Amino acid sequence: MDAINLLIEGFSLAIQPANLIFAAIGVFIGTAVGVLPGIGPALTVALLLPVTFKLDPGGSIIMFAGIYYGGMYGGSTTAILLNTPGESAAVVTALEGNKMARSGRGGPALATAAIGSFVAALVATFALAFLAPPLVKVAVKFAPWDYFGLMLIAFVTVSATFGSSPLRGLTSLAFGLWLGLMGLDQLTGQARLTFGVPQLLDGVEVTTLAVGLFAIGEALHVASRHLYKPEKPIPVKGSIWMTGEDWSRSWKAWLRGTVVGFPIGALPAGGAEIPTFLSYTMEKKLSRKPEEFGSGAIEGVAGPEAANNASAAGTLVPLLTLGLPTSATAAVMLAGFQQYNIQPGPLLFTQHADLVWGLVASLFIANVMLLVLNLPLVGLWVKLLRIPLPWLYGGILVFASMGTIAANPSVVELLLLSAFGVVGFLMRRYDYPVAPAVVGLILGPLADNALRRSVQMSLGDPMVFLEHPSSAIMIAVATIALIAPFVFKGLSRFQQDED
Amino acid sequence: MRQFLRTALCLAALAGTAFFPGASAASDLELTITAPAGAGGGWDSAARSLQEAMMATGEAKSVQVVNVPGAGGTVGLAQFVGSAKGAADQLLVAGITLVGASISNNSPVDLTQVTPLARLTGDPLVVVVPRDSPIKSIDDLLATIKKDVATTIWVGGSAGGADHILAALITKSAGADPSKINYVAYSGGGEALAAMLGGQATAGVSGYGEWEGQIKSGDLRALAISYPEPIEGVEAKPLKAQGLDIELVNWRGIFAPPGVEGADLDALKAAVDNTVKSQQWKDIVKARGWTDYYAPSDEFKGFIASETERVRAILTSIGLAQ
Repeated sequence: MDAINLLIEGFSLAIQPANLIFAAIGVFIGTAVGVLPGIGPALTVALLLPVTFKLDPGGSIIMFAGIYYGGMYGGSTTAILLNTPGESAAVVTALEGNKMARSGRGGPALATAAIGSFVAALVATFALAFLAPPLVKVAVKFAPWDYFGLMLIAFVTVSATFGSSPLRGLTSLAFGLWLGLMGLDQLTGQARLTFGVPQLLDGVEVTTLAVGLFAIGEALHVASRHLYKPEKPIPVKGSIWMTGEDWSRSWKAWLRGTVVGFPIGALPAGGAEIPTFLSYTMEKKLSRKPEEFGSGAIEGVAGPEAANNASAAGTLVPLLTLGLPTSATAAVMLAGFQQYNIQPGPLLFTQHADLVWGLVASLFIANVMLLVLNLPLVGLWVKLLRIPLPWLYGGILVFASMGTIAANPSVVELLLLSAFGVVGFLMRRYDYPVAPAVVGLILGPLADNALRRSVQMSLGDPMVFLEHPSSAIMIAVATIALIAPFVFKGLSRFQQDED
Repeated sequence: MRQFLRTALCLAALAGTAFFPGASAASDLELTITAPAGAGGGWDSAARSLQEAMMATGEAKSVQVVNVPGAGGTVGLAQFVGSAKGAADQLLVAGITLVGASISNNSPVDLTQVTPLARLTGDPLVVVVPRDSPIKSIDDLLATIKKDVATTIWVGGSAGGADHILAALITKSAGADPSKINYVAYSGGGEALAAMLGGQATAGVSGYGEWEGQIKSGDLRALAISYPEPIEGVEAKPLKAQGLDIELVNWRGIFAPPGVEGADLDALKAAVDNTVKSQQWKDIVKARGWTDYYAPSDEFKGFIASETERVRAILTSIGLAQ
């Protein structure tokens, strides 16, 4: 039980008063930048790098980790309250979370997000401490064909989940896939669908699409109906805390979200978005009240939020064991390590064991601090919802455009945001679900690259997907998930005929 | 702590003046450096390191860094050429990737249109194979390529970038057709690393620093570096020392806008040159694991012209440019 001794040593490093203060500063800044539009954790850490140059390595890396976790917390707050996901991993949280907030249950939504994030990060940090070295050996074996299998599962489950009819869901998904094709093709470097606009060469930013469709589309929709049927702001109903039923519906979702989030986050190209989609679908399938999905089901917030934070801990696996940053924030943290002549990689766990375990221990501490900081804030946040609707939506419009401009100061970006806002309005007006479009934009390019890399490596032989057991199993799962509903429908009709 | 920092900064500033009697600690330059990439990348960290060093040495009164990401840097470059023309307080950080991106994106602007101030750093690329690969040397790799260029799977950073160019140069010197190269592009050295460790590729190319940990731990076997001379602390020998006439360096430099001339240009050149020669800059370069590749303005200007021609020729041979 060497690891436990090392972890105890790590705690003794992390609870030094100076390091505690660094952790506290980190989570506070992280929560603030998560809530504020446009300033993500990556930019914050980059801005702080020169400042921390003179501090000791342990303290500043602990602070960066606090910012990373804090940003994940803060991002979900705006998604729930304002339907404005600050980062792509919070898109799914906005689906049910904002519905809950608008039916007066903003308090429990924020609380289940905060506690779920805490539980998930706690479990995942444990997994990071004990499983990182063996896990990474498995993760690097995940080849392009395996990624493609995973994408197929995600596509099938997601398109079956959203929307009132499959055709509407697929139409929205196709729109997202089309947007995902825009920009430089990663494998050949050729421009696709950019119409000669250089700003489109990097493709469409996920947050621009999500904020446009969700927040701006929603604001336009509310404004268009306001003349005929003015909506009144809904005051908080009942307690702002979670009821017994909320707890019993949430805890399993937290754990399931963690189990989905951590391993996918640990994959070198896993990311935080796919686990949130998968968790949402899983909760909808397993819920005893699936009819509540779409109008504010608490599991739909609890699961994806837990998955999001567990995958954040997961991304630290390749960062610490391979020196492989899988998110922008992780990339800046890598620069932070290098600043002190520490190269994360296979030797980090042996050469700088004290630092690694100090970091793991301070992640635990940062988690506790985040919970302490965030739970009392819930009461304050839900007061935001008492603002009269015209003011609230006016504020959302300002907030959304400011965030987009701050993240990427360009006219093209603002025009795209407005265009997506109009599209979002029309989709609402004609009852098309908006979430599959965002899913298409995120998954499309990933699946495209995975498919073509596989075929390039197999010299054009499509059997590559079935020759490897891991990808063959995933493709089989996706196929069954696609066909099974039709077969069951057919079977039950057949049985009814016999009756 | 704050007192200590202030003292340290004062001392640093004093040291700067003592070192270079000609430089004035009370420089009144107020500069803005454009990094044509997002936060966290190589150009961003070069810009922020230069900011740190210029302020610590007192070569500039204040320095701001602005990120203008997009399209391999061509969006930032176009904005810089268009709106900063003649402005003596604007600087741009750029490197070899921007040379390639301007060509393959058919961008109307390229680095020959801005004013080179100094070449700063140049990182070697490294050619590796997996630990249990039968390929033991660069000659083995050349033989493998010659036998069948299509089944030799390369992995590395983005298409048309420095990694891709080096793979094409090696393929060409093996006597194979570079347009037949099977190069699987990843978004960066990190993702490509996973493909190398997972044993899905024959050979890989990346910045030496990015894969240093795996090379030292023995998970990857380094065959050669692309730097012209051997580097201290790096076991792998240069391609040139192994009989291949290939040199390719992932360099970064600093530029002024077009139309900055005379005394204004001399002041910028002096500020940059003094900063690059300072101990503070040397410490930063060492801490970041960069390799010094300094060249003054005039030499850098000729270098940009020859590098642009060379990259264009290679990109054309692999079919990424007309």
